[in-house]
Amino acid sequence: MSEFRMPSLGADMESGRLVEWLKSPGSEVERGDIIAVVDTQKGAIEIEVFEDGVLEEILAEPGEEIPVGRTLAYIRAPGEPRREQRVAEKPKPESEAETPHTPATAKPTPSATAYPPSIPGVHMTPAARRLTAEHQVDPSTLKAGPDGVIGLSEVQAAIGAAPTPLEARPKPKARGIDPGEMRRAIAAAMMRANREIPHYYVTSTIDMTPMMNWLAARNAERAIEDRLLYAAPLLRAVALSFAKFPDLNGTFENGAFVPADRVNIGMAIAVRGCGLITPAILDADRHDIDTLMTKLNDLVKRARGGGLRSSELSMGTATLTNLGDRTADGLMPIIFPPQVAIVGCGQISERPWIVEGEVVARQLMEITFAGDHRASDGRRGAQFLSHLASLLGKPEGL
Amino acid sequence: MAQEYEKIVKDALFSVAPDLEGEEIVPDETFRDQFEIDSIDFLNYVIGLSKATGLDIPEVDYSELESLQGAVAYLRRRKASMGF
Amino acid sequence: MTARTITYRDAVHEALREALRGDERVFLMGEDVGYYGGAYACSKGLIQEFGEERIRDAPLSESGFVGAGIGAALGGMRPIVEIMTVNFSLLALDQIVNNAATLRHMSGGQLSVPLVIRMATGAGRQLAAQHSHSLECWFAHVPGIKVVAPATIEDARGMLRTALADPDPVIIFEHATLYNEQGELPETDDYAMDIESARISRSGGDITLITYGGSLQKTMAAAEGLAKDGIDCEVIDLRSLRPIDDATIMASLAKTHRAVIVDEGWRSVGLAAEISARISEQAFFDLDGPVARVCSVEVPIPYPRHLETAATPQPDKIAAAAREVLRR
Repeated sequence: MSEFRMPSLGADMESGRLVEWLKSPGSEVERGDIIAVVDTQKGAIEIEVFEDGVLEEILAEPGEEIPVGRTLAYIRAPGEPRREQRVAEKPKPESEAETPHTPATAKPTPSATAYPPSIPGVHMTPAARRLTAEHQVDPSTLKAGPDGVIGLSEVQAAIGAAPTPLEARPKPKARGIDPGEMRRAIAAAMMRANREIPHYYVTSTIDMTPMMNWLAARNAERAIEDRLLYAAPLLRAVALSFAKFPDLNGTFENGAFVPADRVNIGMAIAVRGCGLITPAILDADRHDIDTLMTKLNDLVKRARGGGLRSSELSMGTATLTNLGDRTADGLMPIIFPPQVAIVGCGQISERPWIVEGEVVARQLMEITFAGDHRASDGRRGAQFLSHLASLLGKPEGL
Repeated sequence: MAQEYEKIVKDALFSVAPDLEGEEIVPDETFRDQFEIDSIDFLNYVIGLSKATGLDIPEVDYSELESLQGAVAYLRRRKASMGF
Repeated sequence: MTARTITYRDAVHEALREALRGDERVFLMGEDVGYYGGAYACSKGLIQEFGEERIRDAPLSESGFVGAGIGAALGGMRPIVEIMTVNFSLLALDQIVNNAATLRHMSGGQLSVPLVIRMATGAGRQLAAQHSHSLECWFAHVPGIKVVAPATIEDARGMLRTALADPDPVIIFEHATLYNEQGELPETDDYAMDIESARISRSGGDITLITYGGSLQKTMAAAEGLAKDGIDCEVIDLRSLRPIDDATIMASLAKTHRAVIVDEGWRSVGLAAEISARISEQAFFDLDGPVARVCSVEVPIPYPRHLETAATPQPDKIAAAAREVLRR
């Protein structure tokens, strides 16, 4: 039996609110299935399982705020026996021989299971929990006091206002992306990056003229929906480079670099009015450019409209941030922890360049590689850039 | 006719960036300068224009579509050349 | 029913005199209880009335005279042993814990130790760290004895009689600041008070303040102050520290849902901790907030007045704790 836990969907994430279960207990699940939706600082995220089996038992209810790492459900592997009843009968407290007159008038202590579970992150008093159960109030509809506590007075106010029977309660809605929350998530991740990661930077100017010519020729033959942006071959070149430099592809955890066995490239995607999110394209080195273009388009849509998956947020191994047209020439990117490398690309602009002794106009792009100095050194970053430049210089080979 | 083209352009833009709906659009300023429109948004906007008008829009023409004014003028010209 | 105004000291004195008069097996023994009249003057004049046989001045040897008291009780007497302060009683812990408390069990019920030990406890009289501690919980920990803390004139007058009637050892803790307190004692034929139940000293619906002994008056003062702000406190005087009257506490919690425990003992591993644990065991789903404790600061009780005051529970600290629990 394995425990299915609330995943960490970013360096900064402490908890998520369960929006709904997409599978019910007893149903079979396969690796990669989306089984729940969780609301986070980055909007509603679809949570996947990473093994085959049967969803044996669900331990969390929609509406609950659940800390990262807490068990959400049990998944029974194929062939594994059913688990025994997990909750044993609560042992009765031993009565003290000397105080036989103990609660003669007091009510018997009710069994804890009669009441709704406590909500992590929400301070709800025991008496308030009992009252919500007695009046069938949905705890998620309660508003905490200024001190963040839901006590009797808050529940009483709610009962007085409008008692909501549990059966009639609406399914908790995904909040959508809250700009303030996303800003806080970015702040937490970037503060951690600047605090913990000793960055080094190496920069190269790369002649993208061959790439842009190749793309223009290719796009001219294609229907409008099938045309490529240079972001797609750029992503492929970056992914292939990370595959070639496994010592830069991975995470830094517990004082040591842990190489990743796949290349999942996080894409920095701007969410208008909210900030930035870096979901990953999994196994980016194994897809051709057309597939990457489709995936990129899909990822951007979901980053902005909701529906990102937990794996995309938790399994990135390196990041690409591409400023794009009409922005700035270059940037010094900040590594997304716990990753150890990020590639930052400025806009492509026509500038003077020397080719075979002649000054000519070329389409140039500045690429900056930022590395975690705990995991690698600048020379390695320079080798990476050099390899990336050679890939970008021969687009037909990508 | 101009109004019809303007509606087509706005619809294409808003379908890519629904959050911009209701925003005042300065006709002669590019979308990228006014709003946070990136390459992928722009590509999808062009695809939207193409679908709405049935026009095949080559990549070399993209720069003409970057503002409301430019896009309306472009659509009118292309449609006119097709004999509408 | 008429009542008269007397001091706590007078109440103890009357109770001792009544006991000595009513039963010739009763005698009083302790340091300076005879010609000096007792460290807190509770036995003044008794040696003149009852003589040296029954009012016995003991040498400075707590272990010795408590042991003698146990022996006398085993032999059929009804001794009242006075120990000057709870700090000194530690010298007699072996006799109290290893003998007085165990003999009924170890003899298979054949032996009774009908002993009453009275002692002063607590801070507030600038007697410094060797005379001012509240170690009631040390005794309340031990099965085989009963521990009571009369906080009122009525209890000072009435608990001794019930304690003497008990077949097992009873320890009576008299808080040193109470002796000079004046109060009304209703006239009655029978002053006896029970020694196992708690009392609701003040009835209220918002929060339960649980206390005993020398902290009762401070807690009542805090309750009066809170009442001015519309906070309606219920005050429980535990009276008996072993056994603890759980039923009264839990019935009150079922009404108020909130509790502050006021205990002059130190916070760590003390009576307040015990009561808090019982509340969470028995009244968990009644609670609308964490149980708060107002206890003595964890230092040996200081000598200077301002530090002694600062180190012990006071009405303002109790009121602040109540507000915290009430979230207002």
